Amino acid sequence: MHTIYCARRILTMNPSRPEATHVAVKDGRVLGAGALEELAGWGKHELDERFADKVLMPGLVEGHSHAMEGTFWRYVYTGFFDRMDPDGRTWPGAKSVDAVIARLREASDALKDPAAPLSGWGLDPIYFGSRRVSREDLDRVSRERPVGVLHASGHILNVNTKALELAGLLRKAVNHPGIPLGADGLPTGELKGPDPMMMASPHVGFDREVLAADELGLRYFGKLCVRKGVTTAADLANLLPQEAVAMMLRVTGESDFPARIVSLLRLQLLSGQALIDRALELRPQSTERLRLGIVKLVADGSIQGFSARLRWPGYYNGAPNGLWYVPPETLREAYRLALARGVQIHTHTNGDEATELVLDCIEEALQAHPVRDHRFTLQHCQLADAAQFRRMKALGMCVNLFPNHHFYWGDQHYAMTVGPERAERMNACATALATGVPFAIHSDAPVTPLGPLFTAWCAVNRRTASGRTLGAAERIDVATALRTITLGAAYTLKLDSEVGSIECGKRADFAVLEDDPLEIAPEKLKDVRIWGTVQGGRLFPAGHS
Amino acid sequence: MSERIPVTVIGGYLGAGKTTLVNHLLRHAGGRRIAVLVNDFGALPIDADLVEAQDGSTISIAGGCVCCSFGSDLIAALRALAQRAPAPEHLLIEASGVALPGAIASSVSLLTRYACEGIFVLADAETVRARAADRYLGDTIERQLRDASVILLGKPDLVGPAERADTRRWLEGYASVVEVERGRVPAELVFGAAAGGAAGSGFARTPFVHPAYDSVSFQSLPPLDAQALAASLAAPAAGVLRAKGRLRGDDGAWTTLQVVGTRFETSPAAAGASDAGLVCIGLAGCLDRGAIERAIAGSTSSAALSR
Repeated sequence: MHTIYCARRILTMNPSRPEATHVAVKDGRVLGAGALEELAGWGKHELDERFADKVLMPGLVEGHSHAMEGTFWRYVYTGFFDRMDPDGRTWPGAKSVDAVIARLREASDALKDPAAPLSGWGLDPIYFGSRRVSREDLDRVSRERPVGVLHASGHILNVNTKALELAGLLRKAVNHPGIPLGADGLPTGELKGPDPMMMASPHVGFDREVLAADELGLRYFGKLCVRKGVTTAADLANLLPQEAVAMMLRVTGESDFPARIVSLLRLQLLSGQALIDRALELRPQSTERLRLGIVKLVADGSIQGFSARLRWPGYYNGAPNGLWYVPPETLREAYRLALARGVQIHTHTNGDEATELVLDCIEEALQAHPVRDHRFTLQHCQLADAAQFRRMKALGMCVNLFPNHHFYWGDQHYAMTVGPERAERMNACATALATGVPFAIHSDAPVTPLGPLFTAWCAVNRRTASGRTLGAAERIDVATALRTITLGAAYTLKLDSEVGSIECGKRADFAVLEDDPLEIAPEKLKDVRIWGTVQGGRLFPAGHS
Repeated sequence: MSERIPVTVIGGYLGAGKTTLVNHLLRHAGGRRIAVLVNDFGALPIDADLVEAQDGSTISIAGGCVCCSFGSDLIAALRALAQRAPAPEHLLIEASGVALPGAIASSVSLLTRYACEGIFVLADAETVRARAADRYLGDTIERQLRDASVILLGKPDLVGPAERADTRRWLEGYASVVEVERGRVPAELVFGAAAGGAAGSGFARTPFVHPAYDSVSFQSLPPLDAQALAASLAAPAAGVLRAKGRLRGDDGAWTTLQVVGTRFETSPAAAGASDAGLVCIGLAGCLDRGAIERAIAGSTSSAALSR
């Protein structure tokens, strides 16, 4: 006995049969996609018509997010743009400092314990002009409790006076480039970079433990996946201590957990050798809904934080070049060992110099171990030029680009970080496509919101927040974008034989849509309404609250 | 308030000899309870014969010393270390190969329990110039050298005399240079030499004698302006690589003075029974006793009045 769903339209991503009207599901897998009479040949079935007016796509695959997005929703959202929480409530963007304060004050007033910390996230004062948020602003929320608000970039924390005091920073002569001082000689409350932030973050409820995804965060993340049509999401990355693995195995193993999580192992406290050993120890612990064994390395920082490594001529505003996060020797050793032992590595490179270095290191490692189909992937890789895409192709690499940046920070990239010409080539999807580099596109949630259809909209339109089309030549068409957020991302995770298309033998993972993404105007792609998902044959309606 | 824990940051690229130096200092700790922070335990950072036990990210070392890894959270590691009882007497932070040691020193300064005394950057005589010219690493190497209070030039014997002199001259553009072999610097260069005398002050140790170095010490110093003295001692002309002093001001308040190369710092010290004293160390033939005496004379309160 199997179930046959009929739908208004099924976009299969199977090149041999791109469209279908029915899909048969058995034991969580696709028995076939086609016409009803073709599928009836499989024997006794039940026809389910609940999706008769819906459009089915393969379950969307988010190739680069952080399960931490789920964790953040227990804090107060203070971002400039509307954002949907795991329960389906859309929080309107806070359009001014006053709006941010008002929302925080409301949350503060609801807390019973007057000393309990209050934490906010998603702040993006770049949209408030030159006005910086200060401790005096946050003192209007509360003078008694510590208040901290994390910026959207994740690189800056704003705190109130109480939090500064608890952090031991409410004093004169603090001398640190990441801690601006006010006219009174005291810190303004803006803490930039990891060390200044860590001074205060435990006092404002941003414990490091909390920032890694915990159980509640993972559950929230699963709910968000359903709302966004996502059935497989990469969590990039996690230190994956055994306790965390045990928790993730338990939670994802529950019969109603709605997504497949691919959690990548991050390099820390480990030599190249120990890292690869650990990856190989994790891999066999994989289950249907928790995939382990891929490694993530980080070569440089971020472009908007000026910590990415750029090639000549560097930053448009003259800022000094960014930082290397690991020495080239560490990259070389990890790549060599990983190739020799069959482990896949994804590497964060934002600046084009970081991309160049990683290409050099991988090329060298491949000379020693000429492995086929390694699918080593560059993550973000925002500034790569055409020559670098040609090298990726030659080396058998994949890339996962970050088009959401155009919308959120494209105007700043144009005016300040990399300047007009390089801003237009950022996240060059069309070049990747033309060069034949297998590619995905991503949200890096919680840096930008989870939502592959929004990411696809960004890649198709390359529209900035102010409405500029940034790099028209690098736009891709809707059909390509849809393939990229399904099979494209699955390929970079070596899951394309299991997910990413609706065809015989693959997982019964569907994004269930109210609107047809191929019929809706390309500039409306982000507005496609999502009913929910089918994951491994299980139905997950998003519901609406 | 308890006295601040002195901190030395050890920087330099991979293979420059940072770990060798740390182990040498642990072997010559002279009874000091030293804590070491390293970025990670990629390779065991402590010589096996010094390790007493390892528990996760903490290694217990002979003599009450300890080594911890801080991963990506230096601040939490510093806070945890300050909670240890008894507290460490000196902290060595071994920076990762691509870290900027000056940035680490800035972060240390955020915690008032600590006082950064100096940044020692190691340079490998064989490779440092090539690295500084490397298309990817050049600016990182230069930024590390610029952060140095003192540059320790390792493996000087492995290059010819002309190249050695040439490299030295080039490095002297960044900071004072001391040649070292296998990390063998006198521990006093890092920790400072005994000054002031009396027990309990933290300074009571054997006098400093080393064939490659000169030292001068002063006892029973009159009330001095510690800040002015520190600045004079840090000027290159005095030839001082390391100075440590316990001084009394006009107001009777005690101050600790620290000079490492061109970097100096003064901080309040607990009052004690000990005498005011100062020890300066420099390379043999470079330390200018006369200049140091003039610096002291120029920092007395009578000199201040006549300024």
